Amino acid sequence: MPTYKLTVNKKKYEVNADADTPILWVLRDHLNLVGTKYGCGIAQCGACTIHLDGKATRSCVLPVSSIGNKAITTIEGLSEDGTHPLQEAWATHDVPQCGYCQAGQIMTAAALLASNPKPTEEEIVTAMQGNICRCATYNHIKDAILTASRK
Amino acid sequence: MNTTTYNRRSFFKVSAVAGGGILFGFNMLTAQKTEAGVAEVLADANQINGYIQIDSKGIVTIMSANPEVGQNVKTSMPMIVAEELDVAWKNVIVKQAPLDTKNFVRQVAGGSQSLRFSWKALRTAGATARQMLINAAAQKWGISPSECTTNEGVIRNSKGQTVTYGEIAAEAVKMEVPKDVPLKNPKDFKIIGKNTTNVDIKAITTGKPLFGLDYKREGMLYAVALRPPAFGQTLASFDDKETRKVNGVKDVIKFGNKIAVLATSTWAAIKGQKALKATWTGDTKAESTEEHDKKMLAFLDTPSSAPKRNDGDVKTAFANADKVLERTFHGPFMPHNSMEPMNFFANVTADKAELVGPTQRPEETRKQVATLLGMKEDQVSVEMTRIGGGFGRRLMWDFALEAAEISKLAKKPVQLVFTREDDMTAGLYRPATKYKFRVAIKDKKVTAYHLTGTGINGQNFVRETFFPAGAFENLLMESHNVESKITTAPWRAPITNFLAFAEQAFFDEVAREIGADPVQFRLDLFEQARVNAQKGMKFDYDVDKSIGVIKLAAEKSNWGKAEKGVYQGFSAYYSHNTYVAEVAEVVMQNNQPVIKRIVCAIDCGIVVNPVAAINQSEGGVIDGIGHAMFGDFSFVDGKPQANNFNKFRLIRMSEVPKVEIHFVPSLNDPTGLGEPTLPPVGAAIANAIFAATGKRLYSFPFAKELGMQGS
Repeated sequence: MPTYKLTVNKKKYEVNADADTPILWVLRDHLNLVGTKYGCGIAQCGACTIHLDGKATRSCVLPVSSIGNKAITTIEGLSEDGTHPLQEAWATHDVPQCGYCQAGQIMTAAALLASNPKPTEEEIVTAMQGNICRCATYNHIKDAILTASRK
Repeated sequence: MNTTTYNRRSFFKVSAVAGGGILFGFNMLTAQKTEAGVAEVLADANQINGYIQIDSKGIVTIMSANPEVGQNVKTSMPMIVAEELDVAWKNVIVKQAPLDTKNFVRQVAGGSQSLRFSWKALRTAGATARQMLINAAAQKWGISPSECTTNEGVIRNSKGQTVTYGEIAAEAVKMEVPKDVPLKNPKDFKIIGKNTTNVDIKAITTGKPLFGLDYKREGMLYAVALRPPAFGQTLASFDDKETRKVNGVKDVIKFGNKIAVLATSTWAAIKGQKALKATWTGDTKAESTEEHDKKMLAFLDTPSSAPKRNDGDVKTAFANADKVLERTFHGPFMPHNSMEPMNFFANVTADKAELVGPTQRPEETRKQVATLLGMKEDQVSVEMTRIGGGFGRRLMWDFALEAAEISKLAKKPVQLVFTREDDMTAGLYRPATKYKFRVAIKDKKVTAYHLTGTGINGQNFVRETFFPAGAFENLLMESHNVESKITTAPWRAPITNFLAFAEQAFFDEVAREIGADPVQFRLDLFEQARVNAQKGMKFDYDVDKSIGVIKLAAEKSNWGKAEKGVYQGFSAYYSHNTYVAEVAEVVMQNNQPVIKRIVCAIDCGIVVNPVAAINQSEGGVIDGIGHAMFGDFSFVDGKPQANNFNKFRLIRMSEVPKVEIHFVPSLNDPTGLGEPTLPPVGAAIANAIFAATGKRLYSFPFAKELGMQGS
């Protein structure tokens, strides 16, 4: 198996994995970073969203061999101590029900706010359309993003 | 603290709120290992009872007994204990308890019953512990306990002396367990009724391991199984040559009608599963939606020899009718589609089985696993992780049995993982159903009501004790079952998740047929039910609560006075002991109906944690809208026609309306919210869509019936 050098949450890792292994499983099974979730495996639900050089990316269809030098950020590395404005807004609005999809929701929202700090409600809906919440916390997610964007 | 704390053996019993006189035991000794890493709890914690530990600094650990599936029990149930114990919520740490039938009652997440069944037990646990702390303080001071009061973990006597719970806890555990401790007056609640943030919020938003799929054990292998692609098939033969070539694959094991691939990573197991070549046999011709439909439609015209309810003289009323209105409704199968696919950890050795994972029903899981393995139940342990969605799917135990069997055969700890495709195609589904409604109308009044229900693998497709039973003197309800090899299971608000839509949409049509306002029509029927109850007619709902939510929804939505271009639809349904009425508002955009707002009125008694109750209620509404609009699932020759989210459409943010939740103020004991807001919403939107378009909807998914884009 080939070896890959990865930068995840500013830390360097070396992993042995088949070239076609989606980075989702490298994170979860090899690096024990289980915050990134498996939902569908075909980039339809957004539960596996990570940042690749700051851009929201579906990790379930992204082979480890395609990462190259790009920096990976996962929910575990979004902030030092869980105080990213979105993480705080998620608590303010008590967003989660089951909570399983929320890491992916936060990562998608964080990439949105990084490129568009004051999105309109419509822009939020467009950005979040790829993330499914089966418990349907959608209105709370929207409110939390608006709150975070006002900080 | 890492130690196991043993205290004095004691035992007390409390009676539960529901079911009258059921006694539940609380073993005062729990060898409860606390998790390492919770630094706030000191090692000197004293176990006051099964729910409560208090350390010398006054940090209170409250065990959460029920599985947390997103319904907020892990926060709201400990709130109830803390309320009666009288401690500050900021000093409370909540921990998930494992299955422990000695200490806890009904460790189930299902039927929206957690709060209702545990309400009195949780309060009693808190109040009894508080009394023991008071008694210990009174003994220390040499005074009567009645001279002591408490406030947020501090006991004070009439001389002004104080002692904290933490200081007296070690003495309190030596106290006799008091009986019949009085509970607080709900008017004095300080924690119950206050918005309280999810106790797992930080772990969820920072990606800490919480869920079943996050669970790991040294030496564990990941298992992915290949199951029959169609219901009714059996495994004839298989070739695992290519599978065994996959890096990381350690073993391939046939178990029953399935094959498990075991590997050192999930991805290797998935690749191994895809590389398996299997042949399957079996006649599956009968298991097509087309065939099911023919059987169900035939049943709708077949009188039952054993009606579920037969009041008055339906036959004569129909014979004398001016008009008969008859409509048929069609409900498809539905997968549960929890975001966390099915999974379970099992470690089966010669003399014990350890099970860890997401289950809504740990006790039944233990029983089933013990039976499978030929073990005694005390040889099987079940630990619950946080659950990434259940919707009824995790009331079943098939995945736990599979994990146990694979672990036993592999002689290894195993994490069984369903791919999304496995989850959707090897599911247990909401049964497909059909309903035929008939009413006899004479002189603009409904004189008889006749409902025939049928569906796949269900015991009863009607609800003969629910409204409108009681509202009509002549009423007939019948149910027919169609047997099938397709496995079915409870799905959020079983049966009523479609029946309520069909009934409440039909009522809208009946109201308009006789020229009545849909809200007034229902209010009149409930008044009739009140009269009929006085004549001895039996039913399971409360007339005043039913009327209460209908009036509240009508008031809050400004029913009948919507602004121009806004079309309203009304629906009300009682289920799982909770009363709900909903008004949907639809506008036309680009010639298509768009749902803009749902106003939802609920009577669930005392609202324990409003912020979570609103979230849960909204979730039920939006889930109901999503499946009514887009839910479509069928079979051809036993094979499911959708296997992932590219083929099964779930509701997304752009399709979600504003949802307003209004609770009826109440001091009654609480009832649940996991399900009750879902059943009525399908009809609320269908009735609003009719008001907007003139088109009646009789089948899910509405988007398909309306010919909407992307459906």
